Amino acid sequence: MADFYEKLGNLDRRIIFVLIALSVMIPIIFNMVFPNPVGAEPSRDMFDYVDALPEGSNVLLSFDYDPSTMPELQPMAEAIVLHLFKKNINIVGMALWPQGASLGQDAMSSMADSLGKVQFEDWVNLGYKTGGGVMIVRLGSSMSAVFPTDRDNVPWSEIPMLRSITNLESFSLIISLSAGDPGIIQWVMMAGDRFGVPIGGGCTAVSAPTLYTYLQTGQMVGLLGGLKGAADYETLIGIVGGQAVRGMAPQSIAHVVIMLFIIIGNVAYFLQRKKGGVK
Amino acid sequence: MRLVIPLAITFTAGMIMILNFFVPHQPFKFLGENLQEWYMIVASGAIFLGVMNLMHVHSRKIRLKQKNWKYSPVTIIGFLLMLVTGLIYGVAENMPFDYLFMNMVAPMSATMFSLLAFFVASAAFRAFRASNWRATLLLTSAFLVMLGQVPIGAMIWDKIPLAKVWLMSIPNTAGQRAVMIGAAMGVVSTSLRMIFGIERSWLGGAD
Repeated sequence: MADFYEKLGNLDRRIIFVLIALSVMIPIIFNMVFPNPVGAEPSRDMFDYVDALPEGSNVLLSFDYDPSTMPELQPMAEAIVLHLFKKNINIVGMALWPQGASLGQDAMSSMADSLGKVQFEDWVNLGYKTGGGVMIVRLGSSMSAVFPTDRDNVPWSEIPMLRSITNLESFSLIISLSAGDPGIIQWVMMAGDRFGVPIGGGCTAVSAPTLYTYLQTGQMVGLLGGLKGAADYETLIGIVGGQAVRGMAPQSIAHVVIMLFIIIGNVAYFLQRKKGGVK
Repeated sequence: MRLVIPLAITFTAGMIMILNFFVPHQPFKFLGENLQEWYMIVASGAIFLGVMNLMHVHSRKIRLKQKNWKYSPVTIIGFLLMLVTGLIYGVAENMPFDYLFMNMVAPMSATMFSLLAFFVASAAFRAFRASNWRATLLLTSAFLVMLGQVPIGAMIWDKIPLAKVWLMSIPNTAGQRAVMIGAAMGVVSTSLRMIFGIERSWLGGAD
């Protein structure tokens, strides 16, 4: 029996890998969808703030991530863009990460096409610029000095929707979808605290705990944390069967499987300890 | 001179930025804005430095047939392919660069990051033990957050998401804030030490 506990405690990791893979694949193959109730979470605060913005407002949407975190952040980007477009809010996109500019373009252009929104009138993608926090401070004094052209090299002066925009204070809200540094923290420190522009954001689930501090102090108006945050936003804006909501079933089952492994590992550990095998 | 010139530049630039923050008027505003633009230009130059370094490291690896050198041609070819398609066709949608990015770079990067789930599961199974009361507390919190982060938590008991929000908003925030305040004070003190020339390790041994 002691041998069994030892074997259980030293379970081949390939078995764990296979079970995790199955826990993700089976809900996807069978198209399982779990209901996603949204409680008093920071994602609701984010939705409420965006929903209360008046029509015609300008929102800066910063795509501060790359394809590695795309499964969590791209559904957020698409849901937020859809919400902003439906509210007739102008979107100025940009990126603190080089590959974020392409991902932002994909999110904005696909939603714009489906809703009949016009590039340069309803939305624009300024692209990527290096410099992180320092660049954000410069945006606070002049946007066109940092972005003389948009991502496709169209001059600032030739873009109609940018005529009313001079610096960060021209925006009613800045939303950063962030996978790390530079990202939300730089926007809070440089744009929010220094220029008084409200900051909202979305981040990967692993980086959400750090950002809760900014919610409590009111330095952020809301936060979408991980795929759950994206699913919450999809639910709140009324998307049925969105990709984030569909991702909740595999994620739920994978979490349960991981927890079961932890329980099995602990049971084996305590039984071995009882037998004097582990100190 | 190797010591004095970098220290003088650091002191001048640092003082201008500090004065620009506290006195946002001329001439500090003008000087501060210029320095911010210089920083962006220098940071852009660092990208080229990174490219040169990438090519140097991998071409050397191939030349000397170092360990895992067979992956280096893939890196170089992949880099050159993206560079050439970007330069010739631009980065606009439906162009070769965009096609390669959305259909190769994006799914491959996402796949690499997704592997994390497998390693997290394996590591949690081996290392997450309720060996004392502190570890048990951490384990219980982790279970509540893992369940509260997915709809199945609310399906089991509707108070689990509330417990998750409480854990994240109160104990987590207290701990995170302590870490952040400590780190921020460290950044301020190190920056001041660099501006006033007390901290010189960044000179790379020139002192």
